[in-house]
Amino acid sequence: MGMTMTQKIIAAHCGRSSVEAGEFVEIDLDMVLGNDITTPIAIREFEKMGAKKVYDQNKISIVLDHFTPNKDIKSAEQCKESRIFAKKHQIKHFYDVGQMGVEHALLPEKGIVAAGDTIIGADSHTCTYGALGAFSTGVGSTDMAAGMARGKFWLRVPGAIKVKLTGKPSKYVCGKDVILHLIGKIGVDGGLYKSLEFTGEGLNHLSMDDRFTIANMVVEAGAKNGIFPIDEKTLQYMTGRVDRAWVVYEADQDAVYEEEIEINLTTLRPTIAFPHLPENTRSIDDAGDVEIHQVVIGSCTNGRIEDMRAAAEILKGRKVSLDVRTIIIPATQEIYMQCIKEGLAEIFIEAGAVLSTPTCGPCLGGHMGIMAAGERTVATTNRNFVGRMGHVESEVYLASPSVAAASAITGKITNPETL
Amino acid sequence: MIVEGKVFKYGDSIDTDVIIPARYLNTSDPKELARYCMEDIDAAFAKRVEKGDIIVAGNNFGCGSSREHAPIAIKASGISCVIAKSYARIFYRNAFNIGLPILECAEAVDRIDEGEQLQVDFETGEIHNLTKNEKYKAQPFPEFIQKIINFGGLVEYVKHSLE
Ligand code: SF4
Repeated sequence: MGMTMTQKIIAAHCGRSSVEAGEFVEIDLDMVLGNDITTPIAIREFEKMGAKKVYDQNKISIVLDHFTPNKDIKSAEQCKESRIFAKKHQIKHFYDVGQMGVEHALLPEKGIVAAGDTIIGADSHTCTYGALGAFSTGVGSTDMAAGMARGKFWLRVPGAIKVKLTGKPSKYVCGKDVILHLIGKIGVDGGLYKSLEFTGEGLNHLSMDDRFTIANMVVEAGAKNGIFPIDEKTLQYMTGRVDRAWVVYEADQDAVYEEEIEINLTTLRPTIAFPHLPENTRSIDDAGDVEIHQVVIGSCTNGRIEDMRAAAEILKGRKVSLDVRTIIIPATQEIYMQCIKEGLAEIFIEAGAVLSTPTCGPCLGGHMGIMAAGERTVATTNRNFVGRMGHVESEVYLASPSVAAASAITGKITNPETL
Repeated sequence: MIVEGKVFKYGDSIDTDVIIPARYLNTSDPKELARYCMEDIDAAFAKRVEKGDIIVAGNNFGCGSSREHAPIAIKASGISCVIAKSYARIFYRNAFNIGLPILECAEAVDRIDEGEQLQVDFETGEIHNLTKNEKYKAQPFPEFIQKIINFGGLVEYVKHSLE
């Protein structure tokens, strides 16, 4: 029986010629990731396991990105614990303030993850690297500990949903609209346990940054992973970043999919997820009048350079509303520097936005833009659960950078086409 | 391994916030967590639960945050296994990793009622409803998961394999 792309990667990493959906297997890992929140717990479990050393110091990444630069004493202690561990075990990919960026933007940028890899991370958005044609998924801290100790990971081989993209998106439609639309269609548990496998000629019109955004949010549909075929754009992206061999896997012609969904990019509209679930989506045309108080452009979903450019295009020569605190957070140091070089930083500041050093910050209600009761934010982040960005009576509306920037100018949810 | 106990039955999408509310997350002591297990959906649970008892629930059990405290609280309360129609992915992993056996069986969930007495055989996946004298079949644990469960969780399993 034919295998999907995900199943092929899994089979190759457990030394088998084939695997089937539903089987339990143990695979070898190419990368184990943790951040400043999940790593300290994993360190304790690692020690309970009696592990003396990590399985491979080159195949572990620890990124201090959530509450950094440290917002309080507790978060400073967590970072300190992670830092000591990373030094002791000579973890090669350890990123502290000054080098760090939001983990899921940083790892691909640095060439740490590549096509064909198996990656687990103690962070639910670890699924982002599926954009590169890798198998990657989020786990708990005990899994991270076991991964660091043995370089192995047990899993149930996922069945798959094929998502076929056709057509060509219009100017203000991007990866964020594709994934929000899909989640709206199948629901927050529509992909439970499964892999979402993206295909179709529509992919030709999606950049790597678009694909990262899409893969990033598959977990919001409950999926185990999302994955993209490898094409010219993927190869171009990895060339010069990844300094080792990678493996290109392809789905078999007769691979079995449990379901097939088609999305026509030509007719897709800018899409917004209303509070308090990512599945609660509406087209921009049905958004109505929603007054807002804050805009956040950044995160592992939409803090990459194309997102910065899309925001700058809208903000150039304009001013944000005096009633909207506009916070822009490039996801990594490299993106931050690029914003300066391309003149985007100047555009943002002149428009009346603040430009922050890379951090997760407000995305998880950590710091740098927490809301009071009754306030509303349009954010390019990935979750709009109750209280996600502050008070339980505040609201988060998920949207693309173009919609977020347009909304910052008018003070309400706005279609960039109408500016 | 065969376990036996009475049933606590719940509905769909029982999230990790009702399994163990966030206000109790300042500890990771299993005994302490067990005292508050299911508090927001079934305040009497902690008092009524006895060693061996079984939770039966609908779809998407354990959805929400990835906190490992949720399966830890259930296990420490004395629950011997959970039977549901489906589980949220990360809860599913966390349960096996901390040594809480969980089974999927839609038929069993539809047939079983609160308070009934069950006997569950993990090796065969057979669920015996002693009250109604009916049998249902869940997928048995694959050998590998059985190994983790027998060790009492992933920490002990890894410890053993490192020795
Ligand atoms: S940016 Fe938000 S979603 Fe992404 S890793 Fe940070 S907290 Fe998590």
